[in-house]
Order: sequence, then structure tokens, then C-alpha cells
Amino acid sequence: MQDTVLALFEKNNLVTAFAVIGITMYISYFLSDKLTKGRLHGSAIAIIIGLALAYFGGIQTGGENGLADLQMFSGIGLMGGAMLRDLAIVATAFGANLEEIKKAGFTGVLSLFMGVFVSFFVGVLVALSFGYTDAASLTTIGGGAATYIVGPVAGGAVGASSEVIALSVAAGLVKSILVMIGTPFVAKFIGLDNPRSALVYGGLMGTTSGVAGGLAATDPKLVPYGAMTATFFTGLGCLLVPSILYFIVRAFAG
Amino acid sequence: MVVYGVALLAICMLIGVFLGDMLGQILNVEANVGGVGIAMLMLVLVIDQLKKKDKLNQKSQDGLTFWSSMYIPIVVAMAAQQNVAGALEGGPMAIIAGVLSVLACFALVPVLSKIGKDKSEEFFENNEIDKAN
Repeated sequence: MQDTVLALFEKNNLVTAFAVIGITMYISYFLSDKLTKGRLHGSAIAIIIGLALAYFGGIQTGGENGLADLQMFSGIGLMGGAMLRDLAIVATAFGANLEEIKKAGFTGVLSLFMGVFVSFFVGVLVALSFGYTDAASLTTIGGGAATYIVGPVAGGAVGASSEVIALSVAAGLVKSILVMIGTPFVAKFIGLDNPRSALVYGGLMGTTSGVAGGLAATDPKLVPYGAMTATFFTGLGCLLVPSILYFIVRAFAG
Repeated sequence: MVVYGVALLAICMLIGVFLGDMLGQILNVEANVGGVGIAMLMLVLVIDQLKKKDKLNQKSQDGLTFWSSMYIPIVVAMAAQQNVAGALEGGPMAIIAGVLSVLACFALVPVLSKIGKDKSEEFFENNEIDKAN
């Protein structure tokens, strides 16, 4: 009986994922309503539950894909994977206002460069304070503080050790998770309530998954603006970190 | 038909991601540069045109609305497959680097949002303040 049910879930994994996520959403909105009187958005709670389940899945299986590494939940991997995530992000543009994007275009580009530089140098400073002194390690950890893709790409390009590359991925993951959880709590203080600040926010944060989750938990109407700039961040980081930023670090670190 | 909207969305995404890949190759970067962003811009422009010509009926729009309303559930599924355990196993340095970079960027959001505002917008805001006073 149990085996039959498990086999059913595995065989229909995407459909199972729809059911599991739907139930999670229902519970989250219920909690949001009853416990926080709607102050903490239901989707924020759902994302936190999702991350908690991902932690549980990671501990259980030792894999890298959270809950999706459990066979019966493999559909979560498809539903929340890059393909459907990007499709849904593009679809949010359906509600976007072209004028707002044009008006804030320049600020968006500026925020992208600032986002890469600031994250990178914060990462470099933290690495220095933990005793790293060689340019390759510093650059790689700085790249990880940008996003978890920039770290390993830069690390590969400048020849960092695999240990340092793993650390840079972890730093990028911490960033993306914290952006997802933290955004709804700081939104009020940083003025994240209009298309312009959402464009800036997307460019500064840069982690597509973090921004996608953070804005979903704050105000879904802002998603298209933040997501649009954020999707340029990783590419820009992969361009700047192993080149210009690496040279700057090497000039100082040797 | 609903599928027209979905197909429009899919085609925009494929073209955008393709252009993002090409841009990555031109820049010699091992990543897609803004593919999704390009796709979004394209979708906004195409929809704008189609609506003006009245070529996008309600059914087709429903196909787009469906996927944009699936956005949050998809993001929850995305959260459920993050490598949270891996992030925490990275140890104090990874956690501090991640946390500080997020805090620094949060702090910059209001600063940069102000920089790009045009004079006219500020003028209006000041006027509103004047009126309030």
C-alpha cells in the first residue's frame, strides 16, 4: 500500500509537486492570516517553509537540491527549476509598465555595477579578515559574495583551490537565501514599494532566485522590475570579477 | 485561444535566452547575460503592439495571466530545492560574507533610488510637501 502510493508520487512527480506546493501555500496563507493578521505575507511564510523543507531534504539525502533530492518530491525540482522559474518570471512582465522601465533605466544599469562592486569588495574584506591573502582566493570569495555562479566561474578562471570555490558557492547561497527571507522585513525601511526602487533593488542584489523570492514575499507587483535588472547581474559579475576586479585585487594583494 | 498567449510567452523566452547566450559568448563570459530580462522587455513591447492593434483577445491574455499567477508557487518550489544545508555547512566565513554583502546592498537601495529621479518628479514631491505644510 505504502509502496504503491510512493510509486504513484514518483511516477507523477510534477503533479505531486503541484499538490504539495498548493497545500504548503494554503497552510502559509492560513498562518499568515491567523498568527500575524496578514502582517507577514503568506508567500513569505511559504518561502520560509520551503527553505526549511530544503534544509531537511539536504540533511536527509546529503544532496544539493534540497527537498527535490527525495525521490517522491523530485517534481519540485522540475516545478521550481530554472526553466519554469524563468518562464513565470517572463510572464510577470505582462503586468509591467514600459514607461516605468524607461524612466529608471539608467539607475538600473548603475545599480548593477554598484551591486557587483559592493558585494565583491565586501566579500574580499571578509576573506582578508579570515586570513586569506592570495589574489585568487580573495577574488573567488568576492565573486561568491556577488552570486553563487560568479564565485565558481571566477574561481575557475583565476585558478583558485576547490576548497575556496566551495566556500564561495556557500557565501552566494547564504546571500540568496537571506535576500529571500530578509526582503519583506526590510522593504519598508529601504523604500522598496515602487517600480523604480524595485529596479534598483534587483540590480543591487543580483541573485535571481533571491530577488524572485524576496519580491514575491514583499509585493508581487514589483517582481517584473526587480527581476529584469537582476537577470543581468550574474553575467556582469562573470565579466567583471575575473578581469578588472581580479587585477585590482592582484595589484594590492600580489 | 489560451495557448496563443502561452506560445507567445514561450517564444519570447526562447529568443531572449538565445540572445542572452549569444551576448555571453560575445563577451566571452561563461554565463547567460540578461536573457530573461531581454525576454521580458520583448514581451512588454510585443504585448503593447498587439493590444494597440486589438490582436490580443481575452483568451490569449488568460494564457499569460496563468503563468504569471503561477509565479509565487513556482518560487516556493524553487525555495524548497535550494541547497540550504550546503549554505550553512560553509561555515562562519561564508555566512558572514553573504550576510554583510546583503546588508550593504539593502542599505544602498534608497541611496540609488534617489540618484536617478528626474527633477520633475522631485518637483512634484516637493510641491506635495509644500501643500502638506
